[in-house]
Amino acid sequence: MTTSPHTHDLGMPGTPIDARIQQAIADSVGTQGEKQTALKARDMKTDQEVRWCPGCGDYVILNAVQSFLPSLGIAREDMVIVSGIGCSSRFPYYMNTYGMHSIHGRAPAIATGLAASRPDLSVWVVTGDGDALSIGGNHLIHALRRNVDMTILLFNNRIYGLTKGQYSPTSEVGKVTKSTPMGSLDHPFNPVSLAIGADATFVGRAMDSDRKGLTEVLRQAAEHQGTALVEIYQNCNIFNDGAFDLLKDSSTGPMWTIPLVHGEPLVFGPDGAACVVRDEAGGLRIAETNQVGAAEIVVHDATRQDPSYAFALSRLSSQDLRYTPMGVFRSVQKPTYDRMMLDQLEEARTQGPGDLATLLAGNDTWTVSA
Amino acid sequence: MTALEPSTSPGSSAPGGLVKSVVELDRVVIRLAGDSGDGMQLTGNRFTSETASFGNDLSTLPNFPAEIRAPTGTLPGVSSFQLHFADHDIMTPGDAPDVLVAMNPAALKANLTDLPGGGLVIVDSDEFTPRNLAKVGYATSPLEDGSLEGWQVVPVPLTSMTLEALKDSGLGKKEAERSKNMFTLGLLSWMYHRPTEGTVRFLERQFRRKPDIAAANIAAFRAGYNYGETTEAFAVSYEIKPAPMAPGRYRNISGNQALSLGLVAAGQRAGLPVFLGAYPITPASDILHELSRHKSFGVRTFQAEDEIAGIGAALGASFGGALGVTTTSGPGVSLKSETIGLAVMTELPLVIIDVQRGGPSTGLPTKTEQSDLLQAMFGRNGEAPLPVIAPRSPGDCFDAALEAARIALKYRTPVMLLSDGYLANGAEPWPIPSVDELPDLRVDFATEPNGAAADGTPEFLPYLRDPETLARPWAVPGTAGMQHRIGGLEKADKSGNISYDPANHDLMTRLRQAKVDGIAADIPPTDVDDPDGDARVAVIGWGSTYGPIGAACRRIRRSGRKVAQIHVRHISPFPADLGDVLRRYDRVVCPEMNLGQLSLLLRAKYLVDVQSHTQVRGLPFRAAELAAVVQDVIDSTSPTASTGGTK
Repeated sequence: MTTSPHTHDLGMPGTPIDARIQQAIADSVGTQGEKQTALKARDMKTDQEVRWCPGCGDYVILNAVQSFLPSLGIAREDMVIVSGIGCSSRFPYYMNTYGMHSIHGRAPAIATGLAASRPDLSVWVVTGDGDALSIGGNHLIHALRRNVDMTILLFNNRIYGLTKGQYSPTSEVGKVTKSTPMGSLDHPFNPVSLAIGADATFVGRAMDSDRKGLTEVLRQAAEHQGTALVEIYQNCNIFNDGAFDLLKDSSTGPMWTIPLVHGEPLVFGPDGAACVVRDEAGGLRIAETNQVGAAEIVVHDATRQDPSYAFALSRLSSQDLRYTPMGVFRSVQKPTYDRMMLDQLEEARTQGPGDLATLLAGNDTWTVSA
Repeated sequence: MTALEPSTSPGSSAPGGLVKSVVELDRVVIRLAGDSGDGMQLTGNRFTSETASFGNDLSTLPNFPAEIRAPTGTLPGVSSFQLHFADHDIMTPGDAPDVLVAMNPAALKANLTDLPGGGLVIVDSDEFTPRNLAKVGYATSPLEDGSLEGWQVVPVPLTSMTLEALKDSGLGKKEAERSKNMFTLGLLSWMYHRPTEGTVRFLERQFRRKPDIAAANIAAFRAGYNYGETTEAFAVSYEIKPAPMAPGRYRNISGNQALSLGLVAAGQRAGLPVFLGAYPITPASDILHELSRHKSFGVRTFQAEDEIAGIGAALGASFGGALGVTTTSGPGVSLKSETIGLAVMTELPLVIIDVQRGGPSTGLPTKTEQSDLLQAMFGRNGEAPLPVIAPRSPGDCFDAALEAARIALKYRTPVMLLSDGYLANGAEPWPIPSVDELPDLRVDFATEPNGAAADGTPEFLPYLRDPETLARPWAVPGTAGMQHRIGGLEKADKSGNISYDPANHDLMTRLRQAKVDGIAADIPPTDVDDPDGDARVAVIGWGSTYGPIGAACRRIRRSGRKVAQIHVRHISPFPADLGDVLRRYDRVVCPEMNLGQLSLLLRAKYLVDVQSHTQVRGLPFRAAELAAVVQDVIDSTSPTASTGGTK
């Protein structure tokens, strides 16, 4: 195992990068100076004009990410952002990192190949509700179950924006859109439930306008080893304006938001009037705090190995967003795919690297003499 | 029929007075046929290995159903393996077998019509029970009703003799019966004087954790050999001398094996890690299996959730500086098309291997066809050109893999390699190449800015092209100061920024095409075999038809006629001289296992009146049939026709 002084340690085990790539990086360090780790938010910006609609929630998220990423201490050349198609997927163009704006739904697959072959990189996926849950649903669940080391930011605005306003897989039943004049018929996905169902090792949820809460969830997600999924509620002010007002409004927000704080009892609402308790069927339910004993109130534990608890938490909310838990639902440790792949490579090389001439000859040869 | 008493003491000397003669042959085609569960493919492969190590030239044609275990004893369940071996250089697995080994009535019925009259048929007489006969619609046993009179039939109780040989092995009847394929192999090994040590070693290795099974198989193999030596049923054995081959060290290799080794070699010669993203699909899965065993070469294999993720992961790995590879068959290419377009747009190296099978849709998964050529050429939205190359024989898959990687790495482009089911599973002797003589595929990653912003600060322009190759620089993540964004949206020339400018799109579309077209200057001229240089009819082919076309041309030449064979290895771009070559001939015939896809390309590009001859039976062409078709063309070509011009 080689540990390059130029490769920033992301908290991941040191990883040998294949020699030529390592050399290329070393060469560039020679010409470009040291790794670019001492960064400010402005160092994360590119010269590209940001082209989201004025007032779009994506701006807020972009600013939060640009401000927060330097604090991770990861060199910007060691970060790669891969996106799919949709408004949110323009994200990489605005980040001064490596990036690929790929094709619809496939970002998790592309990022998997990149992360699995380059465990030294910090790999991010930026996607939306249509991109990740409709056309790319398969790649999302498989990335989550494999636990490849990457962070997936799922911008959920509950609408198709770039195609101008069709209902999405997270739109509420009955939603009237251009493609559903009489209301949509599909039952929506709850992205957090889906991710936990796929046995994701890290699942969080945050609000675009809540800079502090968003940054905190992003930080934990970035530090997590394995696939981290963060659902970010994001307002589309053109096609689905006000979709999250129930949670954003200072009068209704506290009533319907359940803040998830690891180690703290799940008490919420004005004056802590509501809480979460176990129900008879083994799930969770909402109760009035003054009707239950303190011991009955569930204390949030994001580290439970069994995903049933986190899943039950995700099921508290209805499609109209009442009782929406915000924060980190689940954060457990499991070996990452890229690490295990590397371990197998190293195990296979315990007798030394493969010899090509021996491989080509195989076991059964014969010689024709001149 | 001679009464066939099983030899009670295998290994005892032959009955006194039994004199067996040896007949020398120059070539033999054997077909082994049985139930899918009878181990015919294994038996065929073993016989092939014995034959290869003996030094014959050979070519094989495995032919099996898509069903893993179709109902026992039925026609759809028949699996066969054909081997052609000779004392001279051969090009095909043979048009028709000289010898058919049929393990049951279904195998006999499914294959008998391919066997010319007088051919030798060896059948397992134990399997000709009323029940098995009824399964395939035989009212009476063909062994008894005279319907096989036109062939030499030798019924051998293979099953009961195997059981007899293994009676002390401790194995149950069912398990012991499974060794009948090794008994058969032993008999054939005696009949054709094959060396047996390799098979014994193979069985010991294969069943090293089950020594009793290894011992039983070896015992059955030896019993079959000894039976051949002692029985009166076979009075003759055959000798086929080794073929003269160029001096060197050889091994036997199948197309999928050769392709896999080619990819490992490409990674080693490029100094890059190989990353294979693949989804299991017949007949390409063996490449995934083989590469997954070569982790000691730094090869990463990723079995993806679907075809799209397979290629997506490979492209992601390429972005990270690996040699990205994806392997599939036609239906998988359909699914990968969009990502191939992304690779064209992002101009990253990527090797896409399509082991073609019968189509459309699920088609004939285990049979061969060449019908993905136009899909490879054009099966994407937009103008999305990419290089296409096709190997011509199992061993050539090795060189084709290296060539695909060379072009992909040098020109920063996805490359399509079109193999097919026949090449994939077929095998031939292969001269083991010397590692030092393999091409040097090293590439330079970009590590320094290649441009400057308006204010003079150095900047990296990811689409500033190499003036000679038109390839763009490849800067891998982790390289400081080279951060850049690529994607599927149209790129501005040089900077790679998003651009919707009409003139820029026109320019970029033409640049992408020019880059691929320019590869023509970097590939060998057209491969033409025209011994006297004065043939007036040429036969042109691509891919696995090389063997049958070559064999057909030999037949034609033996008949005193003249014919040229043109083989196209690079289909996109074509070799620069191909148009001139085609125009040298009065008539050009193009046999293909599709409905005329290469013909369409040749006619469109060169305005040459190519005559298409097609067949889509899921099987390779028969040389004799091809020769007849081409001979008709030669004989109908007017003797007064001008040469050297178009007509």
